[in-house]
Amino acid sequence: MGSSGSIIDLFAWGGDGWTKPLLIGLGVTMACACIGYALGLVLGLGVAFAKLGQHRWLGAAATLYTTLLRGVPPLLVIFLLFFGTNGALMWVARGFGYTGYIEVDAFTVGVMAVALVSAAYSSEVFRGAHAAIPVGQFEAYTALGLRPLAGLWTVIIPQMFRLALPGLGNVWIMAIKETTLLSVISLAELMRVVGVAGRTTGQPFIFYGVAALIYLVLVAISSRAFHVLEIRMRWA
Amino acid sequence: MDIETALHVAGELAGAIWVTLALAAVTLPLGLIFAGLATWARRSRYRVLRGVASAYVLAFRSVPLLVQIFVLYYGVSQFAWLRASPVWILLKDPFACAVIAMSVCAGAYTAEVMRGGLAAVPQGAIEAARALGLSPFKTFLLVTMPIAIRRALPAYSNEIVVTLKSTSLACTITVMELTGVAKDLMSQTFAVIEVFCMVALIYLMINMVLIFALRLIERWLTPRYQRKPLFAGRGRASSVKQHSVRAAASE
Repeated sequence: MGSSGSIIDLFAWGGDGWTKPLLIGLGVTMACACIGYALGLVLGLGVAFAKLGQHRWLGAAATLYTTLLRGVPPLLVIFLLFFGTNGALMWVARGFGYTGYIEVDAFTVGVMAVALVSAAYSSEVFRGAHAAIPVGQFEAYTALGLRPLAGLWTVIIPQMFRLALPGLGNVWIMAIKETTLLSVISLAELMRVVGVAGRTTGQPFIFYGVAALIYLVLVAISSRAFHVLEIRMRWA
Repeated sequence: MDIETALHVAGELAGAIWVTLALAAVTLPLGLIFAGLATWARRSRYRVLRGVASAYVLAFRSVPLLVQIFVLYYGVSQFAWLRASPVWILLKDPFACAVIAMSVCAGAYTAEVMRGGLAAVPQGAIEAARALGLSPFKTFLLVTMPIAIRRALPAYSNEIVVTLKSTSLACTITVMELTGVAKDLMSQTFAVIEVFCMVALIYLMINMVLIFALRLIERWLTPRYQRKPLFAGRGRASSVKQHSVRAAASE
């Protein structure tokens, strides 16, 4: 180790090489980002309709939720979930008569953190998209005899997704970036693996550099993919 | 949470607010300088300069800030020649490292904000200034820049909130600011929700003050006849609208 020729050995497949652990870390990162983002979009759509709806308290709660999660560092949310979920779950479980110890693993905490933050941001994106739909569309489905819920599902929400696509792309990139923070609660995602690799091999610069490159490529691919999707969804 | 822990928590947090504010206060001006340089380079005559600036903005906006901080703090320290050089005085200090990484990153994001502001300046205003005989430099200083700054301010206030939130990452390299102290308090006192609420409230208050200050600056830069009411509540906004509708109808 130490000489420049050993850099190839660092990234050898199998044995002491780090390519395999890095790929596993990347897999954890992607799994966490994907599941969290998907849950976040569903929750975000709900929060957006809570804000748009007639119900006053529901709207106020949704506004409080988005203000809070968009104004507070994501790292703080992660710490809240990391230290808070065990206690909260046990408190709920005790209400049902279960007195054992419940532990939530770092991956679940990570997915929850990504989902909560993505939900806050995507709800604003969805709300903007809803506002951008012409009134004529609402009148049209009513004229066609569709009930509000059916009209929402078949006419409004599909169009909302198209209009929301650029914003949702940003939220996805934010979700990828947020997964790096999960290394502080020792989830073995890419940043964590890279940190361990840097410490054991004494080459932290190379490994963090590799991580930077991987994230750069991930973001580049993502923004390209969302751009293509945007063009392909311009049918209407 | 009893009174004693509450006081303990409040005291710890009060000390940490200053660290967070100091981080933000150093990072924001430095970020503006980096952004100004990048914006200047992106509008330069030379292709190489434009290319470098564009690459900077793209790279630092794409790579997560935590990676940038770790490269600077943990990564760079592996080189012995760097540890021997005078730069090491800065790089061995976690606070300085956090500030450098955050301001370079904020600079890349702010450069995009500046580009948006400059793109929003109407071409006619620039042409009018040139026709009045103003030199290109004076045109930029007296016409382009004031309009661009005013147009860019709403986006910049967003950027300020992002920067303030990103100061929380400094706790990963042992700078004990609000989030870092909050983490320690959460694991010590087990009053997780209470600590979270207090810290969240602090962040929201700082955000609100900064956003309001920026709105004041924006109002100050807006010509008097274009100013909107500062507190655009629902009632007042609608009355303004009605008024303008009526004015339009009477014309």
